[in-house]
Amino acid sequence: MTTTEPKRTERFEDNDQKPVGYGRMLRKEDPRFVRGKGRYVDDVQLPGMLHLAILRSPMAHARIVSVDTSAAEALPHVHAVVTGTMLADKGLAWMPTLSNDVQSVLATDKVRFQGQEVAFVVADDRYTARDALELIDVEYDPLDPVMDVRKALDEAAPVVRDEIEGKTDNHIFDWETGDAGATEKVFAKADVVVSEDIVYPRVHPAPMETCGAVADYDAVDGRLTLWSTTQAPHAHRTLYALVAGLPEHKIRIISPDIGGGFGGKVPIYPGYVCSIVASLVTGKPVKWMEDRSENLTSTGFARDYVMRGEIAATKEGKILAIRTHVLADHGAFNGVAAPVKYPAGFFGVFTGSYDLEAAYCSMSAVYTNKAPGGVAYACSFRITEAVYLVERMVSRLADELGVDQAQLRLDNFLRPDQFPYTTKTGWVYDSGNYEPTMRKAMEIAGYEQLRREQEQKRARGEIMGIGVSFFTEAVGAGPRKDMDILGLGMADGCELRVHPTGKAVVRLSVQTQGQGHETTFAQIVAEELGIPPADIDVVHGDTDQTPFGLGTYGSRSTPVSGAAAALVSRKVRDKAKLIASGMLEVSIADLEWEKGRFQVAGDPEQSVTIQDIAMRAHGAGDLPEGIEGGLEAQICYNPENLTYPHGAYICVVDIDPGTAHVTVRRFIAVDDCGTRINPMIIEGQVHGGLTDGVGMALMEMIAFDSDGNCLGGSLMDYLIPTALEVPDWETGYTVTPSPHHPIGAKGVGESATVGSPPAIVNAVIDALRPFGVHHADMPLTPSRVWEAMCGNPQPPI
Amino acid sequence: MQVPAALEYERASDVDHALNLLGRYGDTAKILAGGHSLLPMMKLRLATPEYLIDINDLHDELGYIRIDPTEARIGAMTRHRELLESDELGRMFPIFADAERVIADPVVRNRGTIGGSLCQADPSEDLSAVCTTLAASCVIRGPGGDRVVAMDEFHQGPYETAVGDDELLIELRIPVHPNGSSAYEKVERRAGDWAVVSAGAAVWLEDGVLSDARVGLAAVGPNTNGITAVSEACRGQAPSEELFARAGELAAQHCEPSTDQRGSADYKRHLAKELTVRTLRQAVRRIVERN
Repeated sequence: MTTTEPKRTERFEDNDQKPVGYGRMLRKEDPRFVRGKGRYVDDVQLPGMLHLAILRSPMAHARIVSVDTSAAEALPHVHAVVTGTMLADKGLAWMPTLSNDVQSVLATDKVRFQGQEVAFVVADDRYTARDALELIDVEYDPLDPVMDVRKALDEAAPVVRDEIEGKTDNHIFDWETGDAGATEKVFAKADVVVSEDIVYPRVHPAPMETCGAVADYDAVDGRLTLWSTTQAPHAHRTLYALVAGLPEHKIRIISPDIGGGFGGKVPIYPGYVCSIVASLVTGKPVKWMEDRSENLTSTGFARDYVMRGEIAATKEGKILAIRTHVLADHGAFNGVAAPVKYPAGFFGVFTGSYDLEAAYCSMSAVYTNKAPGGVAYACSFRITEAVYLVERMVSRLADELGVDQAQLRLDNFLRPDQFPYTTKTGWVYDSGNYEPTMRKAMEIAGYEQLRREQEQKRARGEIMGIGVSFFTEAVGAGPRKDMDILGLGMADGCELRVHPTGKAVVRLSVQTQGQGHETTFAQIVAEELGIPPADIDVVHGDTDQTPFGLGTYGSRSTPVSGAAAALVSRKVRDKAKLIASGMLEVSIADLEWEKGRFQVAGDPEQSVTIQDIAMRAHGAGDLPEGIEGGLEAQICYNPENLTYPHGAYICVVDIDPGTAHVTVRRFIAVDDCGTRINPMIIEGQVHGGLTDGVGMALMEMIAFDSDGNCLGGSLMDYLIPTALEVPDWETGYTVTPSPHHPIGAKGVGESATVGSPPAIVNAVIDALRPFGVHHADMPLTPSRVWEAMCGNPQPPI
Repeated sequence: MQVPAALEYERASDVDHALNLLGRYGDTAKILAGGHSLLPMMKLRLATPEYLIDINDLHDELGYIRIDPTEARIGAMTRHRELLESDELGRMFPIFADAERVIADPVVRNRGTIGGSLCQADPSEDLSAVCTTLAASCVIRGPGGDRVVAMDEFHQGPYETAVGDDELLIELRIPVHPNGSSAYEKVERRAGDWAVVSAGAAVWLEDGVLSDARVGLAAVGPNTNGITAVSEACRGQAPSEELFARAGELAAQHCEPSTDQRGSADYKRHLAKELTVRTLRQAVRRIVERN
């Protein structure tokens, strides 16, 4: 079922105090943020705490000849200087990545990217620690770096990972999906085949808060407490237990307020491990906090896919097949954060929202002398790349056929009666109704009128473009039979306890980084139990306080933990019903649930509220036979499938004919994320993602020179958009609930980041059609747009 | 958090005090004005001064805009925001307001100063291009008194100026000629980024012909540079689209852009031409509209 936006204008109302779950409501966490009372890792102060700073490699590829730490050790207020050799003695010089590769904690044999960790200093304060770094004398023997991903597999290429026995090249893995033979047959008979080389450049999550940790090891009882910037505290705890050999029950990970993650805080970084080692070595709490340059140059990047896209269609405009080959740059260590059976994440959804006859993708992943990562970065595990590919190719096809971009999509959408739909690469889309979403975006945009305006402007020599994209996302990883991270199934726990007075606490395994979990999850429980959201406390981010689960990334919190929160509430409600039947002295069959109360069918005057029941559950009065006291429940939710939100985005750009500067004049985003819990929070997520999309499309890129120097090591060099670069967002929605999710919600965190770059690029290419431009790669800076206008578009790498 | 190296800090109470401190500490000291270039460089440890002499208390003494019939004088501690908000300066030299509107953001403009901007000597800095365009001269005070240096000689390469270790830039002087106007335009990848290229133009009309015209470009050479060939080509000519186009070509020929993350050398050369045409056109239009 799909409902479109109601006619009435939805107004903001504070339903904080109402026993109603869904709807607009101010965020419960915001008062502490707006009053400066948030508590981030860098706010943690412990008695006797020391500070750690990391020495990083200035070179991309070099052998380490010697490391002399004597001068640094001699500096007053320095407590320890630790090198890779010293870690190797403890067996800690290398650690596993999330993709079954290994990564060095501190380099021993050689450095493999600029910014790699070489040594660390522990001192009384962060200034001394930083000063001491300059006194460490490292002699390097420079090696040729592998910087051009296209040459990484050349026979003559230097071998980045020569420490792996028998490794003589930079190959990591080959991966394929779909049916090569069937796809070839469809391409062979197709009237029209279009192909394009498409680069999705390397970008960085660049969260406002950089990564850091405070490690506090208590040698007496063998307990480690680690405050850490992590999106997945439970998964990290298990990994530390496996890597460091500490018993898991003696490790407590606290992820306090987190200033943005975007996937960048999923991996375990060497700095976290160094902090733990430093606390073990010094016997004191140790804080490590990255600076901005360290964050940009060493923590997980995203994208970096060089793609060849091909699309086949009939001359009437029926899309038949899509095929692609991808060259994936994984940097010096394969640190992709994705379920292990999915080395390319969920790139397999590159078939998009269309009814195809065949599809095929082959991929080669390689090592280069760049920072490792390949994190989610607001991409639902590589769906950003997949959607960009298919949406560029569909617009490219429209261009070739001479048909309208929006119409071509409307003509090829999956139909509502095809859901659940199994794609040619094996993904089962749970539900979808694409046409109303697309029509709604076109209606808000005034699509026909925009096309007329464009025609008139072209006649006057002005450059205006309209870009369309339509995405289907796959979020909420995932079913444990298919999805795990290093053997940990991607299920999430939830505990709910209703106190005697009817207030409640819900404990989650997912971890907010700004998404508003403390509000959304309170609303989910409120909707199920009829307790006002204000009366529900949400606890998360502390492994001692919450049940096990895999954390927040890939838009999985609402699809997985949201389901857990709803189901655990229903478990509590079921018990409450038993108690209510005793209180009202009627059989269960005669009870009706009215939000917040059970009432006798046909006699609504006779009722008990959930608060009455909570008091009875904890009180001295009788409970029905066999019912224990208390009103609480626990659950571990294993999703049966992913959820598949979708959306239609339309972008309008103007380009200055003289300077080639692109202005995003309008952006229309119509999202369908199923049941909407808090529309204000959804809009906030969408606004942020769209802004992110403008950044990637127009300005963001982590570039390197041929020597391997990172050219994006500060926010003066790595540009992030400001309010001046983005228009007033025009958003709308449709609602197609997920059939398998208990409340029909689908997840929305990454939708806008996934959907917006192709809309913007499609708009720029549409604008440049009179110049004969068919494709130009991101970032579409004025210079790169001008080159395209001059008939000479250049790939960014 | 990026942490600078250890340093000593002293706050100067007046110009003499500042000069005194400079005399004592010489090249181990740096002057702190707005700090929006110096402090980031210190945090990145690209600058590691042993002494920091804060001259923000000199704003009373050096924060002024005085315009008389032959000359405008601007104190070195005049802040961007004051330049932007000065109606008098805006009427006389609209190039200032044009430039200030595209310099960074209000937070930076509240602190940054014209003296600090010029002394940073960044090749892409906007007020340097403005002062180059307007043929400003720089008053430098040292132990031996004041000396005046023309803009062309003030910058001596990227991040290098004519100001000695024991000297302080205290004032900018801009000649005022009748019936002139000016304009500024910048292309940047994002608000607050350094210019890809920017151009300033100043023109003076007499009996329908240009008595003088000046164009200053930023980010296309080691320093902001005035394009004398444009002045020569324009003097004595009636303003026209053809003349602007020729001036644009000359500007493109007489600059030295290099390829970097902000853009290719070819694109920057193209912008030198395009922005020269636009600013000349706008400056002339302003005179025509005023009359």
